[in-house]
Amino acid sequence: MITSIWAWLRDPAHWSGADGIPTRLAEHLGYTAIVMVLAAAIALPLGLYVGHSGRARWLITAANAARAVPTLGLLFALSLWLGPKLSGDLAFSAPSIIVLVLLAIPPLLAGAYAGVEAVDPAARDAAKGMGMQPAQVLRSVELPVALPLLLSGVRAALLQVIATATIAAYVGLGGLGRYLIDGLATGDYAATAGGALLVAGLALAADLLLAALTRAVVSPGLTGKYRGADGVDIPGRTDVAFER
Amino acid sequence: MIRFDAVTKTYPGGTTAVDGLTLEAPTGQITVLVGPSGCGKTTSLRMVNRMIEPTSGTISIDGRDTASMDPATLRRGIGYVIQHGGLFPHHTIERNIATVPLLLGTDKSTAYARARELLERVGLPQSLAKRYPAQLSGGQQQRVGVARALAADPPVMLMDEPFSAVDPVVRTQLQAEFLRLQRDLGKTILFVTHDIDEAITLGDQVAVLRVGGHLAQMASPSELLAHPADDFVADFVGRDRGYRALSFVDGVLPALAEPTVAVGDSAELARERAIDGWVLVTDDERPLGWYAVGSPGDQVTAERLALGGTLARQGGTLRAALDSALSAPSGRGVVVTDEGKLAGTLTAAAVIEVIEQQRTGRDRAPAVQDDPSAEPRIQHSPGGESP
Repeated sequence: MITSIWAWLRDPAHWSGADGIPTRLAEHLGYTAIVMVLAAAIALPLGLYVGHSGRARWLITAANAARAVPTLGLLFALSLWLGPKLSGDLAFSAPSIIVLVLLAIPPLLAGAYAGVEAVDPAARDAAKGMGMQPAQVLRSVELPVALPLLLSGVRAALLQVIATATIAAYVGLGGLGRYLIDGLATGDYAATAGGALLVAGLALAADLLLAALTRAVVSPGLTGKYRGADGVDIPGRTDVAFER
Repeated sequence: MIRFDAVTKTYPGGTTAVDGLTLEAPTGQITVLVGPSGCGKTTSLRMVNRMIEPTSGTISIDGRDTASMDPATLRRGIGYVIQHGGLFPHHTIERNIATVPLLLGTDKSTAYARARELLERVGLPQSLAKRYPAQLSGGQQQRVGVARALAADPPVMLMDEPFSAVDPVVRTQLQAEFLRLQRDLGKTILFVTHDIDEAITLGDQVAVLRVGGHLAQMASPSELLAHPADDFVADFVGRDRGYRALSFVDGVLPALAEPTVAVGDSAELARERAIDGWVLVTDDERPLGWYAVGSPGDQVTAERLALGGTLARQGGTLRAALDSALSAPSGRGVVVTDEGKLAGTLTAAAVIEVIEQQRTGRDRAPAVQDDPSAEPRIQHSPGGESP
């Protein structure tokens, strides 16, 4: 089995052409990118707003509850409903993208909300009390402090989208899902397993990339990983204990 | 000067936090708002920089109605220190301190240079500049909070229980350094605390508020202790207010010269110089501690010293003098000069004598002072016979 997967992966015929791995990989990444951009554009501002204002917390609960909706079922329902109303490629791609966006929103929303929510109220109060405008408080205090949780939401969403984008193949689109669906249909299990391996590898690579990004953009003051710090506490002055 | 004129704050729902408050916080002085929780002291403070808007009445700073100013501009001109520091965890210490100057458009290198200067000013080493708040102790964070409030050199400062989240030893240090800083800077400060001791230690005047946001009494600390306006104030000020009142009385203290030994001197010499079994050990005239005659070993060593006695400053208060006498194992309180050098010692009985004389109003200096044959002793700066 392993040798046949290996053989499938190494077959030069699988690495070129419209049905080749590079093309499918590019398609897969394309869907993922479109979905992540759309989902982030909706969920991040909303999450930041809810965390900043404390209003409309029900949105977070609702989004989490919506995770229970089965993705595949939703995809078929949307395809049947939207398909006839749209023309060309859009008839196939729109339902897939909508489903994946809906899938990505809850972790993004929860991450952004939890991040801002976790900002120390004293820091927020100090920021305002020192004369920052509301937008400055959000930009220079709440957002940077929220980054670790916000980015962990992005990581969770990205992994889910990469893994689930395979279902686009069900409604006739490309992406790495093609190998899984077509392999299953034709009994080419080496192609199915090879496709699955490629998806897993892609997910892993994307996660490592985001981990590196997180390290680069999150302040050491939040992660506790101080550059060149010796960890030795410098005591305050104690020579005034007698003075009153 | 910060002026409250009939300021009332009523929340939707009918709770009145502050009720017709009228008071003045004079320029260059510390005005403390003190009271039990629910007395509206923090609300009053936060109305000054419009973190809370008053329902009615006006608050003015140096004659300018704060309601007429843009809130953000107003706040940038007022130092603001809060209970838990409120430092930004993702910014370095110097970036935290530079917050307001950077908001005001100061260039980064000037703002950071000023931040480092301020670190020293509040008693922290400049080496902390590149660290993050999480790397500092609570007391250090509070100092940074004060430095941050001072960064743009605002004439007015609002301080909301800035020292209440640190342990008592650190709090005493912070209070002492804060007073020293204020002596140099002369800011107009409005300070909120629930701790009457802190109010009395720090305030030039103290406003006692009662629940419901009424001003019960506004007076100097000594006036407050001597003549509480009513039962509420008397109760709040506390039972040992007679002892506390000594904080505001200085007198001419009959401190006597004290023989001393140094670390490394022989036990024999210590025995010769000791009075009642105790001898004071000094290093370059600075008191280190008391050495008990008969301690093991044939030398005076730093490890064998009895520590823990407090020091009274020359020209300081009767309370400090009495405390120093009561806390010394020898029963002789150590008095030091402003430079921290030994000035002499005195007993609790001698302090009580001074108190008694002042109470009876007889302007009689201790007899020994007029006797040229008495032991040489240190005459303290008269400082003013108390009124």
